[in-house]
Amino acid sequence: MSVAGSGHAPGIARRRVQPATWAWLAVFAALVFLVAAPVARLLVSSIQDTETGAFTWHNYAIAYGPARNYAALGTSLLYAAEVTVVSAIFAVPIAWGVARTDMPAKSLIRALILGAFITPPYLGAIGWILLAGPNAGWLNQAWMALTGAPHGLVDIYSFGGLVLVTALYAFPYIFVFTADALERVSSEMEEAARILGSGTLRTILRVTLPLVTPAILGGAIVVFLDTVALFGTPAIIALPARIKVMTLVLWEFFEFPVRAEAAAAYAVPLILITVALFAAQRAILGRRGYVALTGKGGSRAELRLGAWRWAMFGYGLLVVGLAVILPFAALAQAAFSHAWGRGFSWDNLTLGNFRYLLFTDPAARLTIIHSFVYSAATAFIAVALALAIAYIVSRRLTRRTGILTALCMAPLVIPGIVLAIGFYAAWAPPPLALYGTAALLVLGYTARFLPIAYTSCMASLRSLNPEMEEAVRILGGSQLRAIGSVVVPLLKTSLVGTWLLVFIPATRELSTAIFLVGAKTRVISVMMLDLSENGSFETLAALGFFLLGVTVVIVLAGYKLLGRDFMLRRS
Amino acid sequence: MSKLQPDAGRSRLALNGISCVYGAFTAVDGLNLEIVPGEFVSLLGPSGCGKTTTLRMIAGFIRPTAGTITMDGEVISAPGAALPPERRQMSMIFQSYAIWPNMTVAENVAFGLKLRHLGREAIRAKVTEMLETVKLGALADRYPAELSGGQQQRVALARAMVIQPRVLLLDEPLSNLDANLREEMRFEIRRLHDAFHFTTVYVTHDQGEAMVTSDRIAVMNAGRIEQVDPPYLLYTRPRTRFVAGFIGRTNFMNGACGAQHVTFDRFALPRAMFADGGAGLHGDVTFSVRPQSIALHRAPAAAMRFGCLVAGRLLERAFLGETWDYVVAPEDSLLRLKVAALPFQVFEVGETVWLEFDPEQMAPIARDVSV
Repeated sequence: MSVAGSGHAPGIARRRVQPATWAWLAVFAALVFLVAAPVARLLVSSIQDTETGAFTWHNYAIAYGPARNYAALGTSLLYAAEVTVVSAIFAVPIAWGVARTDMPAKSLIRALILGAFITPPYLGAIGWILLAGPNAGWLNQAWMALTGAPHGLVDIYSFGGLVLVTALYAFPYIFVFTADALERVSSEMEEAARILGSGTLRTILRVTLPLVTPAILGGAIVVFLDTVALFGTPAIIALPARIKVMTLVLWEFFEFPVRAEAAAAYAVPLILITVALFAAQRAILGRRGYVALTGKGGSRAELRLGAWRWAMFGYGLLVVGLAVILPFAALAQAAFSHAWGRGFSWDNLTLGNFRYLLFTDPAARLTIIHSFVYSAATAFIAVALALAIAYIVSRRLTRRTGILTALCMAPLVIPGIVLAIGFYAAWAPPPLALYGTAALLVLGYTARFLPIAYTSCMASLRSLNPEMEEAVRILGGSQLRAIGSVVVPLLKTSLVGTWLLVFIPATRELSTAIFLVGAKTRVISVMMLDLSENGSFETLAALGFFLLGVTVVIVLAGYKLLGRDFMLRRS
Repeated sequence: MSKLQPDAGRSRLALNGISCVYGAFTAVDGLNLEIVPGEFVSLLGPSGCGKTTTLRMIAGFIRPTAGTITMDGEVISAPGAALPPERRQMSMIFQSYAIWPNMTVAENVAFGLKLRHLGREAIRAKVTEMLETVKLGALADRYPAELSGGQQQRVALARAMVIQPRVLLLDEPLSNLDANLREEMRFEIRRLHDAFHFTTVYVTHDQGEAMVTSDRIAVMNAGRIEQVDPPYLLYTRPRTRFVAGFIGRTNFMNGACGAQHVTFDRFALPRAMFADGGAGLHGDVTFSVRPQSIALHRAPAAAMRFGCLVAGRLLERAFLGETWDYVVAPEDSLLRLKVAALPFQVFEVGETVWLEFDPEQMAPIARDVSV
């Protein structure tokens, strides 16, 4: 006990600052740069005079002064509400069919819904222009040929068209949430109702569906929020149809002369709506008691539908047909045509559009390379940062980890388009003057996708017993050694999965890109928007196919590596 | 056992009044314990008694909020600073085993040796020898996912022991095994301890495990140690009500100690027949009386100690296979005593029986919790 009296042995001298504290400071600084500063900049510039920097409400007057800007807010809410309802009508029956019944070809339907999930909405919208453009669209052509009618049947450039096309690429969210919940409902729940004398239909309506209502609502809120903040589809469909939604108004503020401060003011209510709905979603999903009640166990027998199984299959096929099969048929035709309007003929067939993109036009080639390089860089940064934060938080290496989680998840409640405007306002001008650089895009993307990476890393780390790392330490290895020898090797596959979960959406990200892109940093999504404005649908379709082809290859590789559900998993 | 009684001058590990307080909750409350080199000590107690917290403080994963921990006389944990786990030269077996699934059995076992920069040949020899010792020689190149629970447990043991730790820590290592395997592994752990003599601290809530493996057991309750003794002394001479009730089954009897007799409810036993001739007994004393220490008879006989016979009525019975469980009330008494009898000693409910006490085996219990 020689040293007991002094209270300290030589080996246990205090260190002023723990390494963990440095790590905390580093990730905190990164989060301030990526998230806090842009949002703060946005809020400040909305109440600041551009010339003098003095406090003013003037920007709000500019933003909400014109009646049409004010009306766009209402239009956006109505648009999002209708998309949500239509998505639920698409998603819920199919989710039930796939999860609980003996409906045929379930994996085909699932695969095609995944197809809808990975299709950039604006590409689907282009497909629908080819299908249902007034008079020229294939559906209208067919209708006129069949009936001899002088005009087409459907016009995609309408509010109804906008809602339908948006819902076709939004419904997979509700599908994922609902199918996941339905798969957890034990058949015993339904059997308990049946044994008490309830019929099949009554059981479905009174027991099964109520049990998964929180999941449906959770998915519905995601769809609503996504739609309010959606830019691509409105830009392609609502703009020609002269329908004004909020995101288009925001875009207008960025046309010459750029009025970022008015855009900031206009965006603030959008944040409030999102935050409120997100709180609602938390409250709804937080009451997860519903489905988890039975815990594990409990069989999940398939309900035998008899002849109705074909009706169920037909409905599923209709929805994925509208979302994937028809638009992709139209896009394929355009991608391999000299001019899509000339229809199917041998002399119209060409690989020229692909050749043009990949070989002839150096600008196009560069754009494609940009997209993949920026997305890969984004995915690396996001995964590394998210892993560091998730490790500090989950292993409680320091105090004050709540602020890290909050900052990391904040981009979830800030519409991407708003975050991009904040990012522009904060870092495009001096002192950093990042305008037009690749760094601005990559960091903007990183901020946008940080919540995905963080949620995924957190889930992986939770599945890893901390005793694995403690075993390293007690045997004489440092914390870093534990991370290197145990954490990273064990999480390798899920880190690759996380990387893909960031990389794939980053390759098609539009609403962040349109505000942050520069003349020399053009990416595929922005190029597609330009092509659509020029009416170059053949090149656009070819570009879309190329992007999707690459995505499918990556997703399939992901499947092979990580198992079937890695993208449709609910975190 | 007596050679292992602690001796302050040469203790390997000493916990000096350590506490661990989380906000308003006190997990460990001023705990003192000394462990000599080569000793196997268990921390035994119900869940939430602070035993795992204590173990994690010894390992260095948690810092005490008061008190110190010394190893071979050197302070390794104090409230302000603690030697990190990796510099304590200890090893630990975790509840989940914490076998690294990305490494083979041999790689798992070799890990600690590699950190100690041993040569490749030396590592291989040591790993092979250790794997033979835990009977896993044939499985060296398997991955943990390909092993059964018991085999994973053996990997954990090999990995912890191969580095020849100064202190070996085990945190409920058998709680994830099924009952048969658990029984087997108790003896295995004791066998390995007899082979290597590592100073060992073993945390468990299972008294059977603690009894089989330990030189001494520290019974913990509510963050404090109630009693530290070799297993048989804990059972025969429990010093607190908690220890008596936690280790095995018992009856509590309140007695008043007089000059000649100790008087219970409606009967008395001769004072001289208690342990140490009744020395140290005074005033009101509670005794712990094991059901096995009371014998049942149909009628008094010459061979019985007359002064210790009490008539009673049999109230309940249950046959458990290895024993009968009877509940007997001494005549006119409100006491209800559990009595264990051999299978052939059959009595009927309502029968009048004679209880024969053995005062030597009746352990006086401290009225308040102290060590």
